[in-house]
Amino acid sequence: MAASSKPGSPPSSSSSMAQDLFNNFSFSKTLKLKTKQQELLIRVTVLTLIYILAFITRLFSVLRYESMIHEFDPYFNYRTTLYLTKNGFAEFWNWFDSESWYPLGRIIGGTLYPGLMLTAAALYSVLRFLRFAVHIREVCVLTAPFFASNTTLVAYFFGKEIWDSGAGIVAAALIAICPGYISRSVAGSYDNEGVAIFALLLTFYLFVKAVNTGSLAWALASAFGYFYMVSAWGGYVFIINLVPLYVLVLLVTGRYSLRLYVAYNCMYVVGMLLAMQIRFVGFQHVQSGEHMAAMGVFFLLQVFFFLDWVRHLLSDTKLFQAFLRITVTGAVSVGAIALGVGTASGYISPWTGRFYSLLDPTYAKDHIPIIASVSEHQPTAWSSFMFDFHILLFLFPAGLYFCFKRLSDATIFIVMYGLTSMYFAGVMVRLILVATPAVCLISAIAVSATVKNLTRLVRSQSQAVQSGSSKGASTAKSSSKGVIDNSQPFQRNGAIALLLGAFYLLTRYAIHCTWVTSEAYSSPSIVLAARGANGNRVIFDDYREAYFWLRQNTPPDAKVMSWWDYGYQITAMGNRTVIVDNNTWNNTHIATVGRAMSSYEDEAYEIMRSLDVDYVLVVFGGVTGYSSDDINKFLWMVRIGGGVFPVIKEPDYLANGEYRVDKGATPKMLNCLMYKLSYYRFGELTTEYGKPPGFDRARGVEIGNKDIKLEYLEEAFTTQNWIVRIYKVKPPKNRW
Amino acid sequence: MMRFALTLLFTFTFALLSSSPVFSDLILAKVDRRIDLTSQIVRITTSLKVENAGSNPASEILLSFPENQAKHLAYLTVTLNEGKGKGKASSGAGLPVEVVVPKDVPNSLTFYYVSLPKGLGKGESLLLDVLAVFTHSLEPFPEKISQADIQLLLFQDTAHYLSPYKVTVQSLTVKLPEARVESYTKLEGTKLSGSELKYGPFHNIPPFSYLPIIIHFENNQPFAVAEELVREIEISHWGNVQVTEHYNLFHGGAKSKGEFSRLDYQARPYVRGASAFRRLVARLPPRAHSVYYRDEIGNISTSSLWGDSKKTELEIEPRYPLFGGWKTAFTIGYGLPLRDFLFELDGKRFLNFSFGSPINELVIDTLIVKVVLPEGSKVISASAPFPVKQRKESKFSHLDLVGRPVVVLEKNNVVPEHNEYFQVYYKFNSLSMLREPLMLIFGFFSLFVACIVYMHADLSISKSSASYLAKVQWEEVQATVQQIHNIISNCLTAHDKLEASLRDLSRTGDVQACKATRKSVDSLLKGVSKDLKPLVAFLQSSPQAAHILPKVEELIAKERDLQERLMAKHTTVVDCYEKKLGGREIENRIAPNQQKITALRQEVDDLMDFIDEI
Repeated sequence: MAASSKPGSPPSSSSSMAQDLFNNFSFSKTLKLKTKQQELLIRVTVLTLIYILAFITRLFSVLRYESMIHEFDPYFNYRTTLYLTKNGFAEFWNWFDSESWYPLGRIIGGTLYPGLMLTAAALYSVLRFLRFAVHIREVCVLTAPFFASNTTLVAYFFGKEIWDSGAGIVAAALIAICPGYISRSVAGSYDNEGVAIFALLLTFYLFVKAVNTGSLAWALASAFGYFYMVSAWGGYVFIINLVPLYVLVLLVTGRYSLRLYVAYNCMYVVGMLLAMQIRFVGFQHVQSGEHMAAMGVFFLLQVFFFLDWVRHLLSDTKLFQAFLRITVTGAVSVGAIALGVGTASGYISPWTGRFYSLLDPTYAKDHIPIIASVSEHQPTAWSSFMFDFHILLFLFPAGLYFCFKRLSDATIFIVMYGLTSMYFAGVMVRLILVATPAVCLISAIAVSATVKNLTRLVRSQSQAVQSGSSKGASTAKSSSKGVIDNSQPFQRNGAIALLLGAFYLLTRYAIHCTWVTSEAYSSPSIVLAARGANGNRVIFDDYREAYFWLRQNTPPDAKVMSWWDYGYQITAMGNRTVIVDNNTWNNTHIATVGRAMSSYEDEAYEIMRSLDVDYVLVVFGGVTGYSSDDINKFLWMVRIGGGVFPVIKEPDYLANGEYRVDKGATPKMLNCLMYKLSYYRFGELTTEYGKPPGFDRARGVEIGNKDIKLEYLEEAFTTQNWIVRIYKVKPPKNRW
Repeated sequence: MMRFALTLLFTFTFALLSSSPVFSDLILAKVDRRIDLTSQIVRITTSLKVENAGSNPASEILLSFPENQAKHLAYLTVTLNEGKGKGKASSGAGLPVEVVVPKDVPNSLTFYYVSLPKGLGKGESLLLDVLAVFTHSLEPFPEKISQADIQLLLFQDTAHYLSPYKVTVQSLTVKLPEARVESYTKLEGTKLSGSELKYGPFHNIPPFSYLPIIIHFENNQPFAVAEELVREIEISHWGNVQVTEHYNLFHGGAKSKGEFSRLDYQARPYVRGASAFRRLVARLPPRAHSVYYRDEIGNISTSSLWGDSKKTELEIEPRYPLFGGWKTAFTIGYGLPLRDFLFELDGKRFLNFSFGSPINELVIDTLIVKVVLPEGSKVISASAPFPVKQRKESKFSHLDLVGRPVVVLEKNNVVPEHNEYFQVYYKFNSLSMLREPLMLIFGFFSLFVACIVYMHADLSISKSSASYLAKVQWEEVQATVQQIHNIISNCLTAHDKLEASLRDLSRTGDVQACKATRKSVDSLLKGVSKDLKPLVAFLQSSPQAAHILPKVEELIAKERDLQERLMAKHTTVVDCYEKKLGGREIENRIAPNQQKITALRQEVDDLMDFIDEI
């Protein structure tokens, strides 16, 4: 009792009497906190556990492999972070990188989103300041899990803002292990998305908070959240389009309020000004078609406010109607003219291809092969929705139902966020990531509301039953037991069954998420693992073998030509200059490489000479059965090359419309550079018992050209499992 | 061909020299030279029988090496062989050796003074064992080979023992690896048997006699040369010595040219790639643990480790096989138990650790050994059995404020013979060990204190703003409601007590116990309304509580009603028991009340839930 009375408040005088009465409870009573405090304690504990869970569930790859950077883009981010920590911000900001896109080079500071690197460098210096002598690599590897943990906190507050704290906790728990998010935030996946989802959700949360409170402070905070998002990821375009759309919907549904006015204006103006500080974004907020919606809504809001004010002044309705008509017509026509003039004069750039391809899924396939060639830009299959969301896919509509039942400014926002992002997730696989927080939040509402209703039912019923039974016991000898409150006899059992069902579903979800994380999303893709014949784990470390060979045994200024997928890795791990890399900013340059790969050796030699190429690197999976090698990507090289150089024609490489590498392949295919480099001397190798030599295990056929002679190149290095093959370009003959 | 010309030049020089004055009256009565060419390191063992033919006692002996050898000389030790015959009776410690530049001698010879422990009198003789170790003195010829070629090496030396003294009898044995010998200089009495090549014996060689020989032979031993090796030995007084070794390795043999074909290498690695080496073996001290092997871009998975009580053997495979001229770089690290290496002497601690690399037959061009002492170490000094460059640095590691003192020892041209123990002495107060844990504890403590302060302090800027006041008021209302809630829940617990006592009564029939319970509950409940009154009054006065007040009042009323009915029921039942009425009778009497009680209890519980959520 003593503990239950707050210091300073009048002490409850019944304490002394309670003492003797509740003797047996006294111990628990003294420890007992107020219900509020108990709840707070539980909530904080649960959140802490979720925070830790979100972090450790992403460590599978570190435990199974090592603390390393994964995939392709993260290597660039790692390289730039390394540069940033070594040379300082000014050097980083003005960095002209001559090691990529030879001979063009790349202005790094002006062509990247620096948020991730700055974040990691800041974390690094904080840790250094706290006297933890960590390596920058460790910081980079753990940045994504750390931010995933922070995202759970934001999800909690967001859920609390749109529904209640219960939904917040459920949302935090769901997002902590949701595969859709984990796929981009496991340890080592040091990519923009890792921090961007945090920034995205934070911006949305702060904006909703600003709309709910009308507070300038929250709006300002959301502007800074937006700034962070802009600095971190190109996906900020989603925010700058969703928020105005949301404002527009609120206007249309008659939910305009001063709170909204304050929130949006502050967020837009400050956010825009801040975003202009990022060099890669620059003046796009006022010059690019993708950002015009936000500006339009901004002006519309001013018109709205002005009209509101005029109506306030004008008592005459008729006069106001006339005024309204004139103003609206004037405003709309001025806006339209401005947009028209801007677009026509080229001041406002039209929508980019990427943006178009989001609105029209078939656009990229026809017009921009380089976007379509990336597997994560493909339209999403149902199975990957199921894989990434699991039960959330069913809970999502249920959550929408609850949201519609209790419409508020906040729930409208989450509904719009959920619906739009679900659409984008359907267009592109990688955008599942953007939809994940919305899906988790809406599903959390469904789970929380359902469970809350059910437990209330169970609790009240159980109390009734308890009092009933106690009464029954008190009159044990009587035969007529008190039967009270049996209006719905199976209500309680039903509720319990439903609760168990929900519990079961959530358990399945947790199991599924863990399984997906461990099996699908925790492989670094730079190291390949397979099961050996006797069940032991075989590691193919060929990529690093090749990159390290390049790093150690080629001249420091050697130029390496490879397909653009490996560009970032070669510069980061091999420390050598590449012709093209994963920053696909120059299509012509990539097409030149594609053309070289798909030409005959002598033609390719001319191209390589003109690009000063010293080494050519190809990835080949024929020995190990590794399917994402260059031969399987080759058609994209042909298409991208052919898109710029019409001499390259796709049908030349297809035998009757079929892509094949065996005897039935076209002569052009069998003699192009890529084929020769991949299969050089492969015809002499027996890969599988019982199969002829030169049997390609990745494609399951015997190759068509076994007698490959190289005239202008020579084999410089081939890794242990033949996955990476490096060739040296011979100097011209007359210079011997 | 340049080489041969050079050799001729040397011979010419020495011919000139032979006319120079004899250095002393010492005579080398018997010289046995054994040259070991089985690995990339050339080891020349010479046993000398020195006689003093002059009249003055000699206290030192001069050893001489031609310059082209001297610049490759990595290690030179001279021991006194006191035993008779070929018994291994060399006295342990080597004799002091130092470089000297005597007058009247051209630069092409380098001389070493060996100080004898005691002067050598007239007519006396003694036996000396000289071990000279050379690196980079095997020249690959041809210099560039392709993948399939074997590696051929040239070695040149003098058949006569080059010395400022007269040599009476001298023999020379060259031990070659078990392989082909391409060619060798044939002199009188030269014999090749198996892998041993014998020259001599030669008799009565004048001082500074030089008779060049050249041996061209096959050697496919790993020519692992570390351009630079940085060994970092970090002492933790919590019981661990952490050793980290950064290697910058290359194949120092014949350079490879042309294609590297994986197919050929895979099919017949020892034919098509005979000169390449693919693995290295490091012998680590026993009880080494937490061994890792990685490089700049990550872990290297091709290594194996096994060990027993004498040693730990680590076999590492670089990422790719090393052909001539290829480079690689990697890091190995391991932990060792502190008690094996750290000792105490006269209040000082000293680390006793081996200097060279644990990798077998490795030539190290530059070896840098860094000993990182714990933060707070003082009076630091180092001693090594051979001359090394020393300097001090400091290193910042986890939780360091001023940095850990680092003793850096640097030496060029290191061979396995340098794997001797060196010592680093320092003073360290054991209490300093506690500093870092205490820092952590203090850090977390202050974090928690900050949290507590934050939770309890009122940090709002404006204490008079409306929203702030409203917030404060609302908190007060909440606290009050919470108190009411507590009181009511106490009441409800009391009700449960009553019900329980009734149940006990029906089971045991003990009316007195039931009455006692009733009495205590009565006294408890009496105070309740008194407690509630100020709280309700506060709520009534507070504008913030307007919307919850009706609920609270309803709750209080309901609870009172419930209480009264329960009391009535209790009284009835107790009465009935005292009158010894039957169960059915009791049931009938309380039935109307019972239903109301259940319903009321339900309502009260609902209200409690509602209020709890405020």
